[in-house]
Amino acid sequence: MEATRIRLAEGVYLTHLPARKFKTSLLSAQFLTRIAAETAAAQALLPAVLRRGTVRYPDMGALSARLDRLYGADISYTVRKKGESQCVGFVASLIDDAFTPDGEKLLEPVAELLGQLLCNPVTKDGLFLPEYVDSERTNLVDAIRSILNDKREYADLRLLQEMCSGEPYGVSQFGDEKTAETLTRETMQDTYTGLLASAPLELFYCGSAEAERVEAALLKALSTLPRVVVRSLPRPSHHVAREEVRRVTDAMDVTQGKLGMGFTCGSDDFSALMMGNTMFGGSSNSKLFMNVREKLSLCYYASSLFHWQKGIITVSSGIEFQNFQRAYDEIQSQMKAVQDGKLDEWELAGARSTLCNAYATIGDSQSKLENFWLGRAATGRDDTPEELAEGIRTVSSERIYEAMRTVSLDTVYFLKGEGAEE
Amino acid sequence: MKKEFYERISETVYREKLPNGLPINVVSKPDFAKSYAFFATRYGGMDTRFCLNGEWMNTPAGIAHYLEHKMFDTKEGNALQELAKNGAEPNAFTANAMTGYYFDSTEKFEENLKILLSFVSVPYFTDESVAKEQGIISQEIRMIEDDPDWQVYARMMGALYQKNTARTHIAGSVESIREITAKTLYDCHKAFYTPGNMILTVVGNVDPVRVADIARSILPEDSGPVIPRDHGTEPDGVAELETSRRMEVSMPQFLLGFKCKPAEAGEGYLRRNLIGNMACDLLLGESSPLYLRLYGQGLINTSFGGAFEMMPDTAYLYAGGDSRDVKAVAAEIKKEARRLATEGLDHDFYERVRKAAFGTMLRGLNSFENIAVSLTEGHFAGYDALRFPRAFDSIGEEDVLAFIRDELTEEHAAMSTILPK
Repeated sequence: MEATRIRLAEGVYLTHLPARKFKTSLLSAQFLTRIAAETAAAQALLPAVLRRGTVRYPDMGALSARLDRLYGADISYTVRKKGESQCVGFVASLIDDAFTPDGEKLLEPVAELLGQLLCNPVTKDGLFLPEYVDSERTNLVDAIRSILNDKREYADLRLLQEMCSGEPYGVSQFGDEKTAETLTRETMQDTYTGLLASAPLELFYCGSAEAERVEAALLKALSTLPRVVVRSLPRPSHHVAREEVRRVTDAMDVTQGKLGMGFTCGSDDFSALMMGNTMFGGSSNSKLFMNVREKLSLCYYASSLFHWQKGIITVSSGIEFQNFQRAYDEIQSQMKAVQDGKLDEWELAGARSTLCNAYATIGDSQSKLENFWLGRAATGRDDTPEELAEGIRTVSSERIYEAMRTVSLDTVYFLKGEGAEE
Repeated sequence: MKKEFYERISETVYREKLPNGLPINVVSKPDFAKSYAFFATRYGGMDTRFCLNGEWMNTPAGIAHYLEHKMFDTKEGNALQELAKNGAEPNAFTANAMTGYYFDSTEKFEENLKILLSFVSVPYFTDESVAKEQGIISQEIRMIEDDPDWQVYARMMGALYQKNTARTHIAGSVESIREITAKTLYDCHKAFYTPGNMILTVVGNVDPVRVADIARSILPEDSGPVIPRDHGTEPDGVAELETSRRMEVSMPQFLLGFKCKPAEAGEGYLRRNLIGNMACDLLLGESSPLYLRLYGQGLINTSFGGAFEMMPDTAYLYAGGDSRDVKAVAAEIKKEARRLATEGLDHDFYERVRKAAFGTMLRGLNSFENIAVSLTEGHFAGYDALRFPRAFDSIGEEDVLAFIRDELTEEHAAMSTILPK
């Protein structure tokens, strides 16, 4: 598949991903900004408020009725973090023209509706409707609080907050509860005006329509977009390694403990770190899976994630409270094993094919494609999945060990039960 | 192999039944990089009581799931690693009425398929390896016990059903899995992992004849007998009207369930599934009057939703989510069901929901896993899942209205809530 990036207007780009093999088409519009603690909550709230109504379809009932008639087309608002960028907007999924029973064309009407949601929100006295701002603010605050319900997600988030405190990377894509609670109609209007005027806008289309047709539909839909000056997006900053390991423990009424460990990477050899992490804890034949889970039966899950945009590796695991030290020691010793090059040929081959398989299958899913290319746009990279796979195929084991030897423990997070011993 | 083209959804399926009784489906997807294989047995968390060699056996809760974990062990080591070495992404799941093993891969598909078929059909465990798994599964059980979404659902099932084994927790409990031995696992494998009780589905750019040849060369030549199961004789009413517990959650959450009449196997099963889901959309879907009203009042948020589920001898519709006033929302759902039953459906809204539901089903065909699981469920319940457009055509407004009137009644409802500490 040949991805094409086309400039539509000042700071507005369309990534066209042609594909005939899906039953649906995907259309996405995303505003990108540097994530910051002060603005994250307002920007997260914005698409939820916009999704409530447009001048022409002023409430959810009218919007739903319109979408139902377009064969259940779906337009969801999205709030994501890619590296240190916050990405907010809408993703639409619509039945591809080949499958509508009477050959109805859905791309144009869905693009139009997307344009209405972005450019023509329903307002009163020049501001968003108070009832929409109030209820979506409540929903946002609830959503931020509900991260607590999933203890694994909660522990992963807490580790990042502690490890990257004071850095954009430590800010959640939803912002924080306190700021969210203070958002008013006025702040929302300012946020909206600011994004429309000057945030980079990335558009994505994946489906059977030709680029010219998509371009025309989107240009028409976004003809009233009031662009002023478009800010450029800074690259993510490097995490500065701590001199002394930071240790944080929370207590909660849970039956299973969560141990999280954050590592800093001193190298920027992407392919080498990607491979090193996959063998360390990134797959089901990784050292963490084989040893912490399979050999020692210490947990149901123990895995690691390489945050390539930021150059850090985090480990996430669920354990019995009293096994804290054993799991901690074992995770450390597995990291050391990777650094010392204690890796068999099959581990290298397995990691290579796992990663190449993952890159090769991006093109089999419209949402993976959108997510991948959004990540590229947010970090200013333009290498394709094929190029990434090539990098993985050719990276030598020496490069992997060398890169992994720059990895050092930075922060340890433990979620334990109330009254449990550490 | 028999080739069938489904014109309305533009899918091609090759089918064959092997002499040992195993049905094979190959769904052709020539333009995709990956291929996906799904090998499933009609055996899950609800099949704890069955008749083997003329004798009724009661097995511990969680045994099907435990067996799923242990199937990856092979004489040579572990199949998970074997597949991962080839870049395949293998996994498995245990549901109430099915256990499925699968992988997707972009290279060495045939080799991976051989590994999948052989590790699922050849058990290899010892008392030691079975004992060792207890640590891992106990941690898995503890993890799901801390999950409020799981708790609210499991407790709703316990409240809806008095006897039906759909109320059994799929993973069992830390206590129940202690009773599992290598011998019981071998017995269960012998009874249920037999070709006549299984089905293989492959989706992707593969040669269907090769798939059948590989299956023939690896799987046993004969199938064991059909195993009668006992899912319990379920009385009409619910077990409990309401169940509630407190957990570390940020706001109350709930599920309201309606116990429905189970459907007979066959085309009618699919039809009823579609009717139940349409009823759910009309009653409380995102464009329903009820949803719009409650959302506008701030009583529900985007976590709110519902579905109609079916399994052997079991059917239920349920709905819920987070809410500050779970009781008020549950009362509104029941009230809306009564209103629809007496006033009838809004014709225009019905037509819209029908159109949207068709679009949603079509969208589901983008997922290989969804295609394979649907075909498997359909085979176990005696229908062809890809015939859904025809089943859709046969449904009328009156069918959906009758469902709402007969099934979504006060006496078949049970409520489960999780409240913050």
